[in-house]
Amino acid sequence: MSNATIAGGREVTPEVIYEDLIARFKAGSPDRRRDDLMFITVPQAEAVAAITHLKEHWGFRHLAFFTAVDLIERNLFRLTYMLHSYEASIDVCLQADISRDAPIADTIHHLWAGASTYERELKEMFGIDFPGCPRVDEPFALEGWDEIPPMRRDFDTRAYSERTFFPRDGREKHDKVDIMKKELYPEVDL
Amino acid sequence: MSDATNTGATAREVIEQIDRARIELPELDRKYFCDEAPKVVEPYRGIVEKFLNWARSESLWILGFGTGCGAIELRPLMTARYDMYRYGIQPRPTPRQSSVFIIGGYASVKTMKRIVRSYEQMQNPKFVMGLGSCTVNGGMYWDSYNTVNRLDHYIPVDVYVAGCMPRPESLLAGFMQLKLRIREGRAEGANEYARNFDWYKANQKQIIKDWNMPDYNW
Repeated sequence: MSNATIAGGREVTPEVIYEDLIARFKAGSPDRRRDDLMFITVPQAEAVAAITHLKEHWGFRHLAFFTAVDLIERNLFRLTYMLHSYEASIDVCLQADISRDAPIADTIHHLWAGASTYERELKEMFGIDFPGCPRVDEPFALEGWDEIPPMRRDFDTRAYSERTFFPRDGREKHDKVDIMKKELYPEVDL
Repeated sequence: MSDATNTGATAREVIEQIDRARIELPELDRKYFCDEAPKVVEPYRGIVEKFLNWARSESLWILGFGTGCGAIELRPLMTARYDMYRYGIQPRPTPRQSSVFIIGGYASVKTMKRIVRSYEQMQNPKFVMGLGSCTVNGGMYWDSYNTVNRLDHYIPVDVYVAGCMPRPESLLAGFMQLKLRIREGRAEGANEYARNFDWYKANQKQIIKDWNMPDYNW
């Protein structure tokens, strides 16, 4: 635990930040992974305001990463913003859910210019649009991709590879299921 | 997408830039660009070709283009410990000066476009070495959405060096194998590419969907 005192002389601890976030931004219950790491869910409409508040008021000046998780069972994309405070040595991970049917989220490129690259990548890999983000429509790693975005879980990457890239015969496969069945449970019918 | 080729204008007249803006080449510049398909250059016979092949095998110039993680193995090869210069192998900065193209590991579709372009810019005779398992069968990325599985379907490959990733010693062994192949007159990749040009182009176009370059790259 660190005892940095910033943000108006108050001690910065995960508890203080959580109470502040729940009072201001309707944050959900926190998930404390470590003393210095906390996951908090906020509504998507409040996400940019919460991030701005964390950055400008609580000193979380570092955006460690920004990614999305495809929760296809719940028809959601979970946007994941990992923020770090150098003064307090605390990580706070903000999570905001958006619908898979209309994957549009608010851009944060005005807070960190580098976030526009994350957003461009999310547009390409998950199909999540960030209106207003510069160059968000330009291809990033894929050029001329015409399938569903490849990091979505309903995209079958193996089937795509097999029908596109001329698989070479004779590859020896070490599938975990096969090995476990052979070595540990030969009698079980999987 | 490929406006430059679809409209019937040749590459000499119109080139398409990366941002899809088409510019017409001034008359004066057209002679510097080539839009002819590569041609087969029949080897000489007998002792002349043997002499040429000996000379080629003793002066292998690598294109300085690290295309994957395996390219990191070229650095120890260049420096004091493995010292590839003693075999007449040295890196060159442009495709026009190089004779060996080392594909250093996985080739994504985006890289493949640059690989094809660089390969076609190299002058005959040219040799390709596939470094690492990814060039053989996709390696650990065999079921990836973005990594080609068989390099030899896109450009002709002379020598494969398997491993993930191979040590510099394996690379040196690969170079020795390549030298042997050249001296035996079997390193005819450039002619093979010219003979099966349509097949290679069809394979390349199957994965490179935004084909915004001419069919033959200058």
